[in-house]
Amino acid sequence: MNYFLSEEQQMIVDVAGQITTEKIIPQRAELDEKEEFPTEILQDIAKADLFGLYIPEEYGGFGGGSFDMALALEQFARGCVGIATSFAASALGAYPILISGSEELKQKYMPVIASGEKWAAFGLTEANAGSDASGIQTTAVLEGDEWVLNGTKQWITNAGDAKIYSVIAITDRSKGPRGASMFVVEDGDPGFSYGVKEKKLGIRASSTRELIFKDCRIPKDRLIGRQGTGFFTVMRTLDLSRPGIASLGVGLGQGALDEAVLYAKQRVQFGKPVISFQAVQHILADMAIQLEAARALVYATARHIDSGAKDISKVSSMCKVMATDMAMKVTTDAVQVLAGHGYMREYPVEKMMRDAKILQIYEGTNQIQRNVIGQALNKEYSRS
Amino acid sequence: MKIIVCVKQVPDAKDVRLDPKTNTLSRDGVESIMNPFDRHALEAAVVLKEQYGGTVTAITMGPPQAEEVLRDAVSCGADDGVLVSDRAFAGADTWATTYTLAKAVEKLGEFDLIICGKQAIDGDTAQVGPGLAQRLDIPYVAYARKINECVDGTIRLERLMDDGYDEIEMEMPALLTVVKEINEPRVPSLKGKMKAKKMQATVLSAADIGAAPESLGLQGSTTQVVKVFSPQFSAEKCMLTGTVDELVDQLLDKLEELL
Amino acid sequence: MLKIDVDVCIGCGICESTCTFGAIQVEDGVAVVGESCTLCGNCVDACEVGALSIDKVEKKVAADLNDWSGVWVYSEFRDGRVAPVAFELLGAGRKLADQLDVPLSAVLLGSELGDNAENLIAYGADKVYRVDDPALTHFTDDAYANVFEDLVREHKPEIVLAGATAIGRSFIPRLATMLATGLTADCTDLAIRPEDGALLQTRPAFGGNIMATIECPTTRPQMATVRPLVMKPNSRDKSRRGEVVDFTPDPARLKSRVKVLRSVREESEEININEADVLVAGGRGLESEKGFEMVRELAGLLGGATAASRAAVDSGWIPYPHQVGQTGKTVCPKVYIACGISGAVQHMVGMQSSDTIIVLNRDENAPIFDVATYGIVGDVFEILPKLISRLKERRSGEV
Repeated sequence: MNYFLSEEQQMIVDVAGQITTEKIIPQRAELDEKEEFPTEILQDIAKADLFGLYIPEEYGGFGGGSFDMALALEQFARGCVGIATSFAASALGAYPILISGSEELKQKYMPVIASGEKWAAFGLTEANAGSDASGIQTTAVLEGDEWVLNGTKQWITNAGDAKIYSVIAITDRSKGPRGASMFVVEDGDPGFSYGVKEKKLGIRASSTRELIFKDCRIPKDRLIGRQGTGFFTVMRTLDLSRPGIASLGVGLGQGALDEAVLYAKQRVQFGKPVISFQAVQHILADMAIQLEAARALVYATARHIDSGAKDISKVSSMCKVMATDMAMKVTTDAVQVLAGHGYMREYPVEKMMRDAKILQIYEGTNQIQRNVIGQALNKEYSRS
Repeated sequence: MKIIVCVKQVPDAKDVRLDPKTNTLSRDGVESIMNPFDRHALEAAVVLKEQYGGTVTAITMGPPQAEEVLRDAVSCGADDGVLVSDRAFAGADTWATTYTLAKAVEKLGEFDLIICGKQAIDGDTAQVGPGLAQRLDIPYVAYARKINECVDGTIRLERLMDDGYDEIEMEMPALLTVVKEINEPRVPSLKGKMKAKKMQATVLSAADIGAAPESLGLQGSTTQVVKVFSPQFSAEKCMLTGTVDELVDQLLDKLEELL
Repeated sequence: MLKIDVDVCIGCGICESTCTFGAIQVEDGVAVVGESCTLCGNCVDACEVGALSIDKVEKKVAADLNDWSGVWVYSEFRDGRVAPVAFELLGAGRKLADQLDVPLSAVLLGSELGDNAENLIAYGADKVYRVDDPALTHFTDDAYANVFEDLVREHKPEIVLAGATAIGRSFIPRLATMLATGLTADCTDLAIRPEDGALLQTRPAFGGNIMATIECPTTRPQMATVRPLVMKPNSRDKSRRGEVVDFTPDPARLKSRVKVLRSVREESEEININEADVLVAGGRGLESEKGFEMVRELAGLLGGATAASRAAVDSGWIPYPHQVGQTGKTVCPKVYIACGISGAVQHMVGMQSSDTIIVLNRDENAPIFDVATYGIVGDVFEILPKLISRLKERRSGEV
């Protein structure tokens, strides 16, 4: 199908696609098996200039928008969601600085992130603050020229491998939603350490650890934006990143569909390739339909965001829900089509099914997303 | 350092199929790609440029569409491309090709290194690199598997042999042909692709390089194709039949006789 | 140039379908030739109305071809011994020399050559040109090519053959360029054309999908390289007599602009697949690294080595040194067992001369059955495990 990509957008697809085919696919099984962080592949992505895709040109980036990121993420996810997540999480860590940071902060951090020299990460989630982000308990207290952070962040992607962390902490509990602020914490800051690497069901190549702040002292200028704007920055960040997660779903769905069709064409039972049987054809047809529909919604959302629209929360949540629910269904169906072979680790689809689950959970569970959409609908229809 | 990389546009040989009924090459859906060994040559050149500074120029002899491989080269780090193209070059064997390339290289001025892939996957002769070095009267090493350093006008490298390797030192200007073991070629970068899009390759015709017509193309070749045919394979083709157990026993009996 | 008489051409398209290179097409009712034309002449023969012809441009013949006589074989010498390919070439060269009724000579370059010259005579050479000099201890392209050039210019052989080894492929192209003559690489067949005694050199192209026969019509010597294990050596005959001619090169010619600092031998962990009597090879049909293990196990049990098609190597199940085929090695074992290999031409050119080829594949139409001595149509996942367990049973029974 013609997606009406510009020449530059096609270049992004070609470059990201080549990395997926030549570097990601050959190594994905091993990295998943060994739970090993894809350092070399991220370096290849950096050399291809893709780390700066969403970063403005004045900071050494490509100056692209949501749609450009969606295209790259879709390609990487076709290969491996664990590796694609590591790339996406760096953008997640950079967005707060881009959205709310001062010019000085952007000048300091954006170029090294754009070049892929240092990776970023986003620190929001805590033991008592998952869906309920307002339940965070990490604190930041100003002492002279330094902020002192105390608390623990949980399940942070890229933790330990990233060097730059955008972290939200409570600066004034009495102010409720206006009581949190975001900070940049760097690897090596005193009092900042990492927890042990978590063992996960899927995306095992991605590093997930705690961030531990014990009287962690950082310079005053590490505050991102004005004090008290923490939750605003977080919400804005997630609005921008959700289409990215949705793209991971689309790419994953594509990878799964490819494997399922190719297998069905060559697996012979009852004297025929199994793709000749209606039962199998119907499964594949439904997979293809849902995949294409999800892709259309993601592309439309990304283009809408890039057009400068103000109100993006609802559509952003919608494409995340749809594409990730689709990915879970499509990967599960792919395992079914490959049947016994699909269950074996030698074939890539069981990993795809394991990887799909997290997409419905992180960056706001699909249940929370539906809340967002419901509330947005309510607000929308109240205007008349 | 000024480095020249020889690249060639070839059909993706593994996809080229012979239609057994018509005895012709089916080129449907066969992509044109940069000769895989040339990607390694380009990577070696770009790595040297990143290490020591300088420029990398990609050069190719071919029809007008060969400009695509020059763009591919620029998207992976080459600075510019030179297309040596003329109808008179058609049908050239390696002798005529090395003549033509040598004349073109002379037009490019001084250089430190020429790097080629060890062979092209369509012709498979592995002759152009050494022949070109001879024409230019420069020392060369074929089958370079590792470049150790380029200092003070000397290059130190390792040459792959059938049973190990040799450590070599030679003075530049020089030529190398490289094997796959030398590196992992990079994927194009976005900036590279954009540079490639804007790039204008320098096009050199036979007249531009001052080539003598009788030395070009088919006329200038020392070898000539007499005939072309599909490979004939013949064998007894004795098919064994039976249940799995019977087949296994028959096979083991035969192996016992043979070994 | 291919000439198309547009008045005679009826645009039937027979030429288009005959052309192996896709170089001629019918456009607007007449044939038009493109740049891929190699003047092979297949279309000229196929055209039923005689619209096509090839203008044979009279090339200036570079030398009086009759002055050049004799068949030479470069006898690669490294590490104290002559490379086996040299003996194979002497076997092939002997046939050519006998057909032409000329002497067969070997060229031996190196240092501390001992009695290797005599050995070359035992394998078929009538004469050996020997150059024994410390400057030739390590292979360098320029010194070797210089010395060889001087020998060729003095003695004018009509044919020079060399092995397509790392050394051969390195300096023979240079030598051909120095002699301003034609070279055909990786020949699989060499023959003499009876009419004029020209050397017909046949080699695979396009990864082995087609074979091309090539000649070197206007220059001498006609040069060709041949891969190891393609030709067969004659048996050693101690009673053969021949002449050893020692050649002392001009010292200036021994200088090399390439310095060999040191030579490192690397032992590989497994038997070199070129030397094994039995090869068990696996391809895409084994489906995974685990499937490939069966191939290794069978090879081990039969006392042979494991080989692979390019598909298996590209999938990472086995390293490149085990690859057989156009871009891998050419092998010629007593027994070659191909498991789950479909038989792409590129693979077959690398193993087709094995003595006995056993094919195991579930697709009865797989091209590899065309080279099979014995074929089994079946599932490798059923047959290989059974084969392995039965083999173990038989072995333990024997003890």
